[in-house]
Amino acid sequence: MRNLIIIGSGPAGWTAAVYAARANLSPLLFEGNEPGGQLMTTTDVENFPGFPEGVMGPDLMKLFKDQAKRFGTEIIQEPVTAVRCESDGSFTVTAKGIDYQAKTVILSTGATARRIGLESEKALYGKGVSACATCDGFFFKDKAVVVVGGGDSAMEEANFLTRFASSVTIVHRRDAFRASKIMQERTLKNPKIQVIWNSEVSEILGVDAGRVTGVRLKSTVDGTEKEMPIDGVFAAIGHVPNADLAKALEVDMDEKGYVKTIPGTAKTNIAGLFACGDLQDAHYRQAITAAGSGCMAALDAERYLSANA
Amino acid sequence: MEHVFTDENFEAEVLGSQAPVFVDFWAPWCGPCKVMSPMVAAIAGELGGRVTVGTMNVDESGKTPQAYGIMSIPTFILFKEGKEVARVSGSMEQDRLKAWIEERL
Repeated sequence: MRNLIIIGSGPAGWTAAVYAARANLSPLLFEGNEPGGQLMTTTDVENFPGFPEGVMGPDLMKLFKDQAKRFGTEIIQEPVTAVRCESDGSFTVTAKGIDYQAKTVILSTGATARRIGLESEKALYGKGVSACATCDGFFFKDKAVVVVGGGDSAMEEANFLTRFASSVTIVHRRDAFRASKIMQERTLKNPKIQVIWNSEVSEILGVDAGRVTGVRLKSTVDGTEKEMPIDGVFAAIGHVPNADLAKALEVDMDEKGYVKTIPGTAKTNIAGLFACGDLQDAHYRQAITAAGSGCMAALDAERYLSANA
Repeated sequence: MEHVFTDENFEAEVLGSQAPVFVDFWAPWCGPCKVMSPMVAAIAGELGGRVTVGTMNVDESGKTPQAYGIMSIPTFILFKEGKEVARVSGSMEQDRLKAWIEERL
């Protein structure tokens, strides 16, 4: 039986792997559906300590992975389809129909960008609706785009898109952003960006045309609607934790679906099961806090293994 | 073995091909594209003979992606006898992409 299986390959999972591998736990890590996690769709990461000039998200994730590999982490690319607790307190992890046994499991399945939730959004995905500004901004040269949201990611996407788009309109459902001061200032100062406050996108237009032609905006104050011609729609409206595996294990979770850990630890209510990264963090959700919690999870798993040897 | 398609050779090597052709439209700045690249290379090896698999860097070749209305990468298009028969955008698992191609050959 293995000592440790890590599920997820964002900053939390890879950091857990680095620590566990260096502690000779021979961890097995499943990369899953979105290898590298959310940083794979980020360009410049300016706030990860140790990179004074900034670093590209995908480059940073490659470095994480290289470091985990250097100490002998075993890596499987497949997504995990099931995890269950056995009567002896161990775990069975299933991927591609194969079962893997381990004494401990670290869940670091992260979070996924929330969608607006419209049928038209689904129908026009890849046809003007994008889930990745850094991938697709290039295709909106001299075009008009909308960014939905009011947090740091919305500001980042809007600023990034001004490199290509003729105009960027931020649509936000409140009358103030919750983004950090520095990002707000950068955004409001950008001459290519305008803001429509107190509004949400109630429909994306262009399904019949096969490409985005506009959006319908609904006022969050009085419910009035208006249409606006537009070529592209980018949403940055928060995240939902990827908690399917955790749910099936009946781990304690909060009302928003984040896994609960015992404060000051990465322990869940199930012995031998640990959680780290965005899966259990509704507050900070930074690459560095995810990495920090990944380290905690590995150290907690190591202590659990030696106490239960 | 993967082919490298460009605006210059697209007509001859993709549209003029006897065999079905699968094209991966990508760019070096696109994280999900980088995740998919090795998978596409592996699929090229596995399906070799049944379909020609190749990549097009949209940063170096702009005309073809524009002509096909590509607004998101990675986008994968399958061509048969000079015509687009199916497309899909976004990253996915290797097996799923391979199955997507095989179902359409």
